[in-house]
Amino acid sequence: MNLVIALLSTRQFLSAERIRASVAGYEDSATDEAFSRMFERDKNELRDLGIPLEVGPVGRFSTLEGYRINRDAYELPDIDLSSEEAAAVAVAVQMWASPELASAAEGALLKLRAAGVTVETDNVGVSVPAVPARTRGSEPVLRELLAAIDAGQAVRFGHHSAITDPFVTRDVEPWGVVTRHGRWYLVGHDRERDAVRTFRLSRIGGEVTPYGPLNAVRKPADADLRAIVDRVTGDAPVTGSATVWVAKGRGRELRRIGTELGDRELGGRDGSVVEVPVRSRDWVARLITGLGPDVLVLDPPELRADVMNRLRSVLDHTEVAS
Amino acid sequence: MSSRLSLRLSRLLNMVPYLLAHPGISAAEAAAELGVSTKQLMSDLNQLWMCGLPGYGPGDLIDLSFSEESIEVTFSAGIDRPLRLTSTEATALLVALRSIVEMPGMVDPTAAHAAIAKIESAIASTDAVVTGTPAAVPVEQPVVATVRAALADARALRLVYYSASRDEVSERIVDPIRVVLVDNNSYLQAWCRQAEGVRLFRFDRIEDATELDEPARPPSHAAADAAALDLFQDDPDVPLARLRIRADYAWVLDQYPMHRIESRPDGSIEAGMRFASADWMARLLLGFGTGVSVLGPPDLVAAVRDRADAALAAYAAAGLPGETETA
Repeated sequence: MNLVIALLSTRQFLSAERIRASVAGYEDSATDEAFSRMFERDKNELRDLGIPLEVGPVGRFSTLEGYRINRDAYELPDIDLSSEEAAAVAVAVQMWASPELASAAEGALLKLRAAGVTVETDNVGVSVPAVPARTRGSEPVLRELLAAIDAGQAVRFGHHSAITDPFVTRDVEPWGVVTRHGRWYLVGHDRERDAVRTFRLSRIGGEVTPYGPLNAVRKPADADLRAIVDRVTGDAPVTGSATVWVAKGRGRELRRIGTELGDRELGGRDGSVVEVPVRSRDWVARLITGLGPDVLVLDPPELRADVMNRLRSVLDHTEVAS
Repeated sequence: MSSRLSLRLSRLLNMVPYLLAHPGISAAEAAAELGVSTKQLMSDLNQLWMCGLPGYGPGDLIDLSFSEESIEVTFSAGIDRPLRLTSTEATALLVALRSIVEMPGMVDPTAAHAAIAKIESAIASTDAVVTGTPAAVPVEQPVVATVRAALADARALRLVYYSASRDEVSERIVDPIRVVLVDNNSYLQAWCRQAEGVRLFRFDRIEDATELDEPARPPSHAAADAAALDLFQDDPDVPLARLRIRADYAWVLDQYPMHRIESRPDGSIEAGMRFASADWMARLLLGFGTGVSVLGPPDLVAAVRDRADAALAAYAAAGLPGETETA
C-alpha cells in the first residue's frame, strides 16, 4: 500500500535504492538480497492487480532505472450511471455461476461503487437460479478464451459439431466472443483450415490451451464479428410462404408468426386461414406436423405432402413396445 | 493467481475512494457494500492509519476518523479514485450485460445499453474483446415493459398468456414475485390467482399485460415456494420419455434437456427426456417424424400415434390430397 502511494505521488521515476530508503516496509530488509526479493514480489503483485507500473530513467542524464505509477492510467475515470443503468449492472453481476467470473464481476462492482456509483444488489427482483446454462456454453471455457484473446495468443481446443461426434482438435487465432440470442460464439481464424470460423462455446469441450507468443493475434480491423456470426447462425431470410388452415382457438404459434386471412370451415370444423412466412421449410413442417389435426396445409402441395409423409411414417415406425 | 496479500491490497486501494465518495457512512453499511465483515473493515481501517506518503509525518499519513456509526476520510494521500477495471473484470461485467440485454424482462434494455457504452468508454479499451451490442438501441416490447413496471411498483397484473403445453391462450390475474433466468429464457415468476400456485410465465409468450390498480399480494408462502425452483431438473416424479434419435437429428440434443444419452452402433442415439405435459410432448415428437421416435412410455407412444391418425383423417375429411406429382 505504501509503495503504491509513493509511486502514485511521484512524477519522477524513483530508483530501487530510493524506494528502499524512503518507503515504509522496506527499512527492515537486512540484506540487499532480502530487499530485492521483497521488491520483486511487490512489483509482481502490483502488475497482477493491473496497476500500471512504469519503468524509466531516474534523471535526464541517468542510466539508472526507476519506477512510478501513471496516475491517468491508474485511475478509473468518472462513470455516471443513472439508477436504471445501475440496476442493469446489479442484475448482470449475478449472472455468473463459476467462482472466477463471479469474483471478477464482483471486483468490477466494488470499483464502480468506489467511484461513487450506487448499485443496489439487494432486492433487484431478478434472479438467476444456479441451473447450468448448457446452451450458452461453459464458463471456464469462456474465461480461458477471453484470457487468450486479451493476451493475443492462439488457442487449441477440442470441438465437435454435434454432441455425439468425437472431439476434433482445432487451432484457432481467437478474435472475439459474440453473444447472440443468449448463446456464445467464438470467432477467429482457424489455422489448419486457413479460414474464418465460428464455434459455439457449448460445443467446445475440455481444456482450452493457449499457445505460441503473446500479442501475436489481432482481430483484423475490417472484421465485423457480429456480421460473421449473423451469417452463420442466420435469421435466414424469408424464402416463401405457406397457407394453412388453423382450427378455431388452436395453433397459436402459427397465428403469432403469420397473418390471418379470414375464417373458413373445413371438414365440418370452424377455423381460419393463415399465411405463414417460411424461413426454414423443415422447421415449419415440424411445427405443423406436431399440431396434428389442428393445422392443415392448404398450400403449397409439396409442404402438405411433406407433412403427410411425416404423419404416415410415424404410424409406420412407432409401435407400442410389448 | 492473486494471493491473500494482493486481495487485501486491492481491497484497501478500493476502500479509500469508496469512503471518500460516501462521507459519514456507517461501518455496517460500508462493510456490506464492500463485501467484507464489519470486523474485517475495522481491521482494514486500522491498517490504513499506517499508510501514507514517504516521510510518514502527521500530514503524510492517510487520515480518517471512524466509529461504528460514521467513517470519514480527511486525507487520502492521493488514493482518490479506484483502480481501473482489469480486463477480466471488465469482460465479466460486459459479457453479462450483453447477455441479459437480449433476454426480455431482465433489465431495461435501453439503460443496459447505455451502461455498456459508459463502462466501455470509462475503461477505454481500444479493442473490445466481446462484441454483441447491436448498433441500434434495443427496443423493449411494450408488454415486457409493462410487466417490469408492475414488478417494480409491486402491482398485480392481468396477463394474456400463451401456454405452449396446452396450445391455448388464457387470461389470468397474477401477483408478480420476480424475474428468473433459466438456461436461455427469462420468465416472470408470479402467483397465479386462478391456479392458486406459483407459476412461471415465459416472457416471449406473454401476449398482453395490464398493470392493475391494486397491490401485488402473493401469499407469504409463495415467495418461499418460488425460491425452491426446480425447473428442468432430473426430477423422478416427472415422467420420462425414452427416445431414439436418428444420427442426422442429433442436434435435438442441443435444444432440449436430455438425460442418459447413449450412442448406438448404427449411429443413432437413445436418450431420456422429462416432460410435464403429455400433450406438448406428443406434439413435439410427432413433428420430428421418424427423426426422433418414441420408445416409451406406452401412453406417450399411443398419444403420438393417435395424433398422427387424427391428422391424416382430418386431411381426408377436408378433401386435401397427400400426394403431388412434383413431390
